[in-house]
This record gives sequence, structure tokens and C-alpha cells, in this order.
Amino acid sequence: MVRFLLAKLLYLIPTFLGITIIAFGFVRILPGDPVLLMAGERGVSPERHAELSAQLGFDKPVVMQYLDFLWRLLHGDFGNSLVTKKPVLTEFLALFPATLELGLCAILIATLVGVPVGVLAAIKRGSWFDQVSMTTALVGFSMPIFWWGLLLIIFFSGFLGWTPVSGRISLMYFFPQVTGFMLIDSLLSGQQGAFISAVSHLILPSVVLATIPLAVIARQTRSAMLEVMGEDYVRTARAKGMPSRRVIGVHALRNAMIPVVTTIGLQIGVLMAGAILTETIFSWPGIGKWMIDSISRRDYPVVQSGLLLIAGMVMIVNLLVDLTYGLINPRIRAS
Amino acid sequence: MKYLSRSLLAVSALALTTAVAEAKTFVYCSEASPEGFDPSPYTAGTTFDASAHPIYNRLTEFKKGTTEVEPGLAESWDVSEDGTEYTFHLREGVKWQSNDRFTPTRDFNADDVVFSFERQGDPDHPWHQYIPGITYEYYTSMDMPNLVKSVEKIDDYTVKITLNQPEAPFLANIAMPFASIVSKEYADTLEEAGAKEDLNNLPIGTGPFKFVAYQKDAVIRYQKNADYWGDAPLIDDLVFAITPDSSVRLQKLKAGECHLMPYPSPADLESIRSDDSLKLDEQPGLNVGYLAYNTTVEPFDNPKVRKALNMAINKEAIIDAVFQGAAEPAKNPIPPTMWSYNDSIEDDPYDPEAAKAMLEEEGVTDLSMNIWAMPVQRPYMPNARRTAELMQEDLSKVGVSANIVSYEWGEYLAKSMEAGRDGAVILGWTGDNGDPDNFLSVLLSCDSAKEGGANRAFWCNEEFSDLLQQAKVTADQAERTDLYEQAQVIFKEQAPWLTIAHSTQYVPMSTKVSGFKMSPLGDFTFEDVDLAE
Repeated sequence: MVRFLLAKLLYLIPTFLGITIIAFGFVRILPGDPVLLMAGERGVSPERHAELSAQLGFDKPVVMQYLDFLWRLLHGDFGNSLVTKKPVLTEFLALFPATLELGLCAILIATLVGVPVGVLAAIKRGSWFDQVSMTTALVGFSMPIFWWGLLLIIFFSGFLGWTPVSGRISLMYFFPQVTGFMLIDSLLSGQQGAFISAVSHLILPSVVLATIPLAVIARQTRSAMLEVMGEDYVRTARAKGMPSRRVIGVHALRNAMIPVVTTIGLQIGVLMAGAILTETIFSWPGIGKWMIDSISRRDYPVVQSGLLLIAGMVMIVNLLVDLTYGLINPRIRAS
Repeated sequence: MKYLSRSLLAVSALALTTAVAEAKTFVYCSEASPEGFDPSPYTAGTTFDASAHPIYNRLTEFKKGTTEVEPGLAESWDVSEDGTEYTFHLREGVKWQSNDRFTPTRDFNADDVVFSFERQGDPDHPWHQYIPGITYEYYTSMDMPNLVKSVEKIDDYTVKITLNQPEAPFLANIAMPFASIVSKEYADTLEEAGAKEDLNNLPIGTGPFKFVAYQKDAVIRYQKNADYWGDAPLIDDLVFAITPDSSVRLQKLKAGECHLMPYPSPADLESIRSDDSLKLDEQPGLNVGYLAYNTTVEPFDNPKVRKALNMAINKEAIIDAVFQGAAEPAKNPIPPTMWSYNDSIEDDPYDPEAAKAMLEEEGVTDLSMNIWAMPVQRPYMPNARRTAELMQEDLSKVGVSANIVSYEWGEYLAKSMEAGRDGAVILGWTGDNGDPDNFLSVLLSCDSAKEGGANRAFWCNEEFSDLLQQAKVTADQAERTDLYEQAQVIFKEQAPWLTIAHSTQYVPMSTKVSGFKMSPLGDFTFEDVDLAE
């Protein structure tokens, strides 16, 4: 297991270097000059433009800029935002818990609902449950997130008045951030009703964010289960007279879980993409919206370091997924 | 039972207002996050709404709801005969705010004023670059580095600012957010503690509200400044709930989660008007949207051709389709709410027949041109692509074929200022300080037609520019009005632009809100607002 882990970690080094190049190059390929965008309609004189570019280090050759970036990264310096002038890492750390909380909640909903629905649909293949749930999944998968979010807000918050419209907690609660996770901080604050408020604010955005992964997970679970249930060892188990629940629960499900876990792991990337829109609709102070704003302002340091930090997180998740395979299936560990 | 239902509502966090019976909390659903809390290094209106307006004051201030300059931290001032020396007499007894880090030992005085200007103007000042990469773009773009010769302390309550040349808009310039006065004593304290950047994170000012806390991209909290030198605010707590999407802002307003919001979507205006719990304030914005011809290339160097094209385009149709009626047609380059607006000028009528005849008279046939459509939305231009399409249609009726081009925003701004540019550019402007010079000189003077300027018509009319220059060095507003009125006549004759529209600003709010005054400059300030129980 240790060798398996080490091998996986070694792979991370070239991946990481590759990501630094992509992150650095991506924002520079986009047309647009941060200095011009800062000046806006007013314009900026050529001298002032040169002065500002030099101050920001954009006058150096791109290769030098990249090496500078890499050198600073190795020293733990992610640079400062061109817009707020604050360290990128500080901003990332302030916003990341909000995205993580939302993402975890969404993936939890997607898995806890998606897997059982998929299993049930596979067992009762062709039944009305199978048809309704898989059609719903198809609709969910094709749902434009922005529209879906607004629809839920208008219905549940506007019409029924059940949930708050947006934000992470009601404005009447005010306490210091300890962990950055509102669910935990609200409990720590000891303020009456704070936790309930935090939960009620989390419901709609996590449902919206969970929609697409849920659909994908449900469909993937169903097809993986169907495949496994046609295998010889399942038939053998049945032939031995093993109870159906045990056949499905132990023999079939465990083997079907490998592609499902992969899918769940891959949904992390989808979640990040969904988080951008979900965070904008629900005024959720996370990194998705932060990245979008920074891209449109060509805030190079935020985009390059932000992408890197996000990629780092996704890499860690993927590593965890790989390790989970090992746990589910010892054969993978050995190879 | 009443109590029970109340607490239930509070717990479910739906009815914010019922829970704040004792302290009046006003919630503003702002549209974006502030860049920081030191107003001088930044340029966004959102940043100023969160920093300069609630927390700080300036030597001069804009009278609420107008662009008139009135005394602020300076109680009065004298201007020398030649218009280059301004002596400000400062208000005494103005208290600085305090926070965990800082308790002021003295009131506001001349040292603070000198410090606030010098840190921006002097590149060698120890506070000039107190955060790496910081710049003072507003100070620079208002030409303050060339304008200000010195800022001297005469005594504790007198400051003299000497200019290199007379500049009539100077008093309006220093009422702008970038000229906010910060505490020198606080800066010294932070320097000693090695935490200079907290000048931008934990602001201390003299304004009506004290900063309490900011949670990035989520909430800003302020508290009433009990020691405020002016009329104390009527509300106790001010909260900015940052809500980027305009439909969501409206839902929050309807649900009672906030009391007032900026920038509603034009499509929502009807539903706001029909909601009994909401009211809608409106006023013409201090802006203009225009189409700038390149007056240096044929055939657009001929004013008659430009006029003919202007007559070919139906502005009313653009206002209906693009602004959804929320604008008025523009005939002058400055908006009607600005002093010196020349209302006696007659707009070129929409008359395709006459336009066609005029073009033929000038020997222009088979003209094809580019129309530049900006890729972003602005209050002065909600949809440039659609506007360009309407123009294209109108122009085709007079035999002109138009081709629509667009670029990424930064590139658009740069390329549209390149000499010899091909085609006419859709763009606009929102005023900074309510002075006509801030429109006319910035957008239409000979100086601004150079590289790095903003004169996208490349229009250089000596007579027009001379009038502007004269007005700039004249202190008397009546005389200046006269000069600007003449300038507008020349503008209309020469037609370097098609002036499209001045868009209307709307502010929806709860009917519980009273005392909110819309600012022609687009600022959102809350020291005068009150909430009904």
C-alpha cells in the first residue's frame, strides 16, 4: 500500500508542473490587457501604461514571468491580486471553505440519492420506477443551472417562503469565523437558531449543485449494476441459494462501485464548474465566483494561482479516489 | 402567541425586520464586493459606496442629491485672485473613529489633510506604496500630479493647496472619493505595529458610519458613528448583503431580506411597480451613450456627412428596443441634469429621405462602414450589439451598408483609440464629479484626441477646445455656463458623434424606507435614510 501511495505521489510532480504551465498560459492566451481594463473608458497614456506594466512585471519576457511565478510558488508566494492588491492565498483560504461546504453537501446529496436510485432502477429494470427515475435523471442532466436555480428561488423562497433567497446565513447572526464552515461555526457560536439558519441557506444551493452529478451517478450506478448482475459469479451466488439481498448488497454492489466511485471522483470537476454559476445565483461567497470575476478582469495572479490551487485540490481528491479503489478492490492495489 | 410566531419567523431567518425591533438595521443588497476600504487606490463605484461614502469625509462634499459642492471637513475656503491658491479652513472638533487597534488621541487636523494628499501625489512618500502594486489611478487621471504644486499646513486648522495653473473644477475634484481624508495618527500606529495594509482592511474615518466587519464576497457591517460631526444617521446598523445577480436581489427585496437594491434589470421594472410593498425612485443618470465617427478619415471628415448619418438613425427605436424605454434621447454630449446643459439646441430630426439627399449632395454613394459594438453592458449602453443592428438597418435605408465589429473589452478600448481607425464606435461615459469639463474635455478636446486619451472621434476643433480651456480657468459659474453653452452649439454643428441616449437610473426599495436621496453621480449613501417599524 505504501508503494502504491508513493507511486501515485510521484505522478503528481509532472502533473503539477504541467498545471502551472496551463494555469500561467491560459490567462495570457486570452486577449485583453489588465492595465487597459483597469483604466476603462477613460484611457491611459502610453507612458502611464508602460509605467504600470513595469510595476506589475508585465514588461518582462513571458518565459521570465513564468520562471518568476514558479520561483515564488516554490517559496510559498502565490502573488497578489491586481484588483484588491491582497495575497491570493489569503483570498483563497477565506473563500474556499464556503465552496467546500457547498460542494461536500452537494456530493453527499448526489451520492446518497443517486446510488440507491440507480441500484433500485437496475433491480427493477423496465419497471415504472426505472423509467421515471431515468427520465428524470436525463432531464436533470440537461438542466441549465442558472435557470434551475432561479426557478427554485422563485418557487421555494418567493412563492412558498420556505427557504431564504441567498447568502450563507441570516444577517441577524454575526459571529467570528473559526473554521470557515458555516454549519460548524454557527454551532460554535452558540447563538440560538444560527445552525438552523445556516442549514436553511444551504438547502437550495446544494440541491442545485447536486442536480447534474446526481443524474450522472444514478445512471452510472444503474448501468454498472446491470453489467455486474449479468456476471457468472452473481449467477453462481444465486444458484448457491444465497438470499437476494446478500447477492446484490455484497457481491454485485461492491463490484459495481468501482466505476461509480470513478464517476463520483470525476464529478468534482463538474462540481467546480457548477459552483461558478450556483455561487453567483445564491450570492455564495466561494471561489467559483471569485475565479470568474478575476478572469473577466484579467487579474493574472489570481487566475493563475487560483487555478493552481483548485487543480491541487482536485488532484488530492483524485488521489483519494485512487486509494478508495485500492480499498474496494485489492487487485488494483497490487498492480 | 404573537411572540411565538415572531420568534419562529426569526429562527427561520425569513423576516429580518421583525427581529430588529430595538436596533434599526438597514440592509442594502449591493451588487458587487468592494476592492478594498481605502478609497484612494481604487476606481469602482461599488468600492466607494462601501468605503468613501459611509466611512470617510472629504474637504468638500457633494450636497446630497446634487452635484453642487458644499463644505465638508473644510468649513470654508478662500481662492486667490489668480485662482491658483486655495486656503481651506478646517472644521474643529471632528472626531476620528476607533477600533480594537486604535484609539485616537486627537481630533482631525491639517496633518491628516497633508498626509492624505501627499501619500497619493508623492512617489517617494513612505505610504505611497504601502501595499505592493498599489496605484492611485483616480488621482492620476484627474491630472492631480500635474495640477497640484504643494499642500501645506499653515496651522492646525488651515491648509493651503497651491496649483500650477487655475482649474475651476478643482473643488469638485476634491469632493470625489479618491480625495477622502484618512487619519495620519492611525497610519502612524499601523506603521509601528508593522501592519500598514490594515489601512485598507480596517478603515478608520470621520464619516457617519464606523466599519465593523467584512466577510469577503458576502457581508459588510457598519455601525452608526455616534460622534459624527454632521447629523447623526437615523439607523443604528448598516449592512451590505453582497448579491451579484439582479433577479436574486429583487427576490431578496421582495422577501424582506433587504431594504434597497441598486441596478434592477429593465425587464423587472413592471413587476416592481405593481408590488405594493415596494417603491421605485428614478432619475436621469449622469451619463451619455454615443456613436463616435472617426472625423479624420474620409468621408467622415465632412460634418455634413456625419449629420446626414445622424439623421438616418432612429434614436427612439433604439431607446424602445435596447433601453426598454428607460432612457431619453440625447441631443447634447452632456446630460440634461448637468448645469450648463444647452436646452435651446435642436436635435437633428430622424429623416431618412433628407439624410439620403444630403449624402448624395456631398457625393457620397455606396458608402460602407464599420460600426463597433462594445462587448460589455454599461448603464449608458445596455446592449451595444442590438443597438448596432438597429443602426445597420436604418443606414441600409439610406444606401449605407454597415458591418458590425467587436473585440474583447480591453482590446476594444485600445483599438478604438488607434489613429486611422476604421469605422464608428459605440461607447459612453458616466460623470465623475458633475462638472461639464469632466465630459467635454475628457471626451472631445484636442488634448484628448491623442494616444491615451478618450476622444474616439479624434475630433479636434480649435474653437471648441479654446472655449473649454477658457471655462476651465474661469471661476465664475455663470461665465462658465455661457462658455459651455457655446461649445455645445459648435458640437451640434460639427456632429463628431451621434448622441444616442441618457439612460435613467432606477432604485427599488421597500416602502418602509424613507429619506433616501438618489445621487446624480450614482452613489449610494445611507446617512439620511430611516426605516418605519
